[in-house]
Amino acid sequence: MLKTFSIGGIHPAENKLSAQNPIATLDLPAQAIVMLAQHIGAPAEPVVQKGDIVKTGQLIAKASGFVSANIHAPVSGTIEKIDDVADASGYKRKAIFIKTDGDEWLETIDRTPDLKKEISLSPAEIIQRIADAGIVGMGGATFPTHIKLAPPPGKKCDILIINGVECEPYLTADHRVMLEKGDEIMVGIAILMKALSVNKAIIGIENNKPDAIAHLNKMAQAYQGISIMPLKVQYPQGGEKQLIDACIGRQVPSGKLPIEVGAVVQNIGTALAIYEAVQKNKPLIERVITVTGKSVSTPGNYLARIGTPMLSLIEASGGLPVDTGKIIGGGPMMGKALTSIDIPVTKGSSGLLIMPDREATRQPMQNCIRCAKCVSACPMGLEPYLLMVLSQKGIWDRAEEEKVMDCIECGSCSFTCPSQRPLLDHIRLGKNKVGQIMRSRTK
Amino acid sequence: MSVVMITIATLVVLGATAAVILYAAAQKFKVYEDPRIDQVEAVLPAANCGGCGFPGCRAFAEALVKADDISTLLCPVGGAAVMAQAAGILGKEAAATAPMVAVVRCNGNCDVRPKTNNYDGASSCAIAASLYGGDTGCSFGCLGLGDCVDACQFDAMYMDEKTGLPVIIEDKCVACGACVKACPKIIIQLRKKGPKSRRIFVSCVNKDKGGVARKACEVACIGCGKCEKVCPHGAITITNNLAYIDDEKCKLCRKCVEVCPTNAIHEINFPPRKEKTTEEKTEEAPAN
Repeated sequence: MLKTFSIGGIHPAENKLSAQNPIATLDLPAQAIVMLAQHIGAPAEPVVQKGDIVKTGQLIAKASGFVSANIHAPVSGTIEKIDDVADASGYKRKAIFIKTDGDEWLETIDRTPDLKKEISLSPAEIIQRIADAGIVGMGGATFPTHIKLAPPPGKKCDILIINGVECEPYLTADHRVMLEKGDEIMVGIAILMKALSVNKAIIGIENNKPDAIAHLNKMAQAYQGISIMPLKVQYPQGGEKQLIDACIGRQVPSGKLPIEVGAVVQNIGTALAIYEAVQKNKPLIERVITVTGKSVSTPGNYLARIGTPMLSLIEASGGLPVDTGKIIGGGPMMGKALTSIDIPVTKGSSGLLIMPDREATRQPMQNCIRCAKCVSACPMGLEPYLLMVLSQKGIWDRAEEEKVMDCIECGSCSFTCPSQRPLLDHIRLGKNKVGQIMRSRTK
Repeated sequence: MSVVMITIATLVVLGATAAVILYAAAQKFKVYEDPRIDQVEAVLPAANCGGCGFPGCRAFAEALVKADDISTLLCPVGGAAVMAQAAGILGKEAAATAPMVAVVRCNGNCDVRPKTNNYDGASSCAIAASLYGGDTGCSFGCLGLGDCVDACQFDAMYMDEKTGLPVIIEDKCVACGACVKACPKIIIQLRKKGPKSRRIFVSCVNKDKGGVARKACEVACIGCGKCEKVCPHGAITITNNLAYIDDEKCKLCRKCVEVCPTNAIHEINFPPRKEKTTEEKTEEAPAN
């Protein structure tokens, strides 16, 4: 029997419409808008000025503070301005605007397609190279990777888990990367193993991608310590804590990080970016994005430069369908509706889901019927119906006791609720408030 | 007969003993409470709104009795009158405070602030604000979901269905500040009610650059600085493309209202303006 995580979970319709479409390279944007806050943590600090001429891959903003990441020019051209621009949520954030004039890369970047297997760098050098390349978690959380690779003192990592689960319905970017960049991923994993000095790595892949499992299984034979683990299809298996539970049966304690149980989880896309950064000296300036939706004429997977407007992705997939109700950045479960299609691709953009009107509209909320479906669906073992009420009533101390901070915001509760109650919306608000209270306490 | 006597005697003895024990206990465990707390509480409005910063009127009364200097304490509901009464009971000095009122610093109604998207999530400003900037091009303005109205315990607010904005009923508003706390966009502010309830304020909180703000909303403050220049009292400052009128310095001359190109500055409860010829005089008067 296939393994999965032990509590909760749901199985929404998979709808992997673009699974068979190879990754296509998207044209360069005429203007790249590079957000300074593309990662969790402090926004990067610009190191270029208006009028500067930059080459592709050149550093244009450097990490400011401990949790932050470098940002590089995704195209070559002239810096037009550094100005505010509305991000996916409609709030204004600082961004660097580059007017593209071609694609002249920095000479230090190796652009040959040859696979480079030998890892010459030491673990410390690898981590430094990853930090320099501005690599962040590409699954969507965008946590700077170099921090994750340096466990806090006293903690020891003994296993690396690679997240090839892609449990979000519709999304196929990781799936295609596994099929088309298998060699690079394997070397990337070997680099990660060296950086963490572990001798065991598991790639968790859900069983709805048998071709990827077979392909990587073949590749893995040439590498010592890397094994593939097919997993039962269950959402949210791509959550770090769920994946660790599914793959090695260890439970991360409440409020703790995966390193507590000796595991580090990295995404497939991150492994590829790490290969390119360490072996080819290429910073993170492009990523694979799925553009999909039931009304989209040609759903597909695209390799797009950071800073490309979402509009060009939609145009590449046959334009915006007339019945569009919502455009979601990310997958249908955890993604967020975009307020505009002019917003640029960022390091964390894993997909663009165009939902038809009839599916996108929320149904009116009804009373809770105490069916406890949300309780059985919650992968963290929480009681969503209770947390929602506590949030609504502002009973923050009780919400903290009920472990509201453990919520991973997967949305399984809202999805499963037969009364269409916006459980997660309220719980997220409670998380914000309780988080503030807890932080003010430690000050 | 004797049974009756015995019963009565037993009960009398029992009652007397219990009375002695209770009296002794009451003396031993007596908690002294300043009688003035009750007196002060009696003059407080008993709204228990928390506007004073204490959990209810009783707690505020205790604080008033305890504090040596009560000039920093204020019951916004009762205002200066109640504070004077309380101060009289306690023999302390209450600070002279001008009555305040809440104002909504957003005037972006449906006509002037076009919608750019639709929100169909949970009906709560706090939730909407945590998800995104709002359903118009202005990410600072009112979300129109009425968290402030829900927070108001005095029925002093309602949502205007035409404009989609909250309205404050001046006569009922006690300036407790509940709406100010409830608004995630920090649009509502407590300002001086002003003489004859006349006041002037910038009804906008948009910090975007002029062009961006104007594109999102016709009545946005574009930070042009005209009001700052025309103000003879130095009451107006512009920070981050947004004008702010200091109600301590404002002398209600209304010059700024006239020069504002987007009508973002509002005057409340002023009589209608006279014809151009006499305007000069009426404006000079309060300025000098």
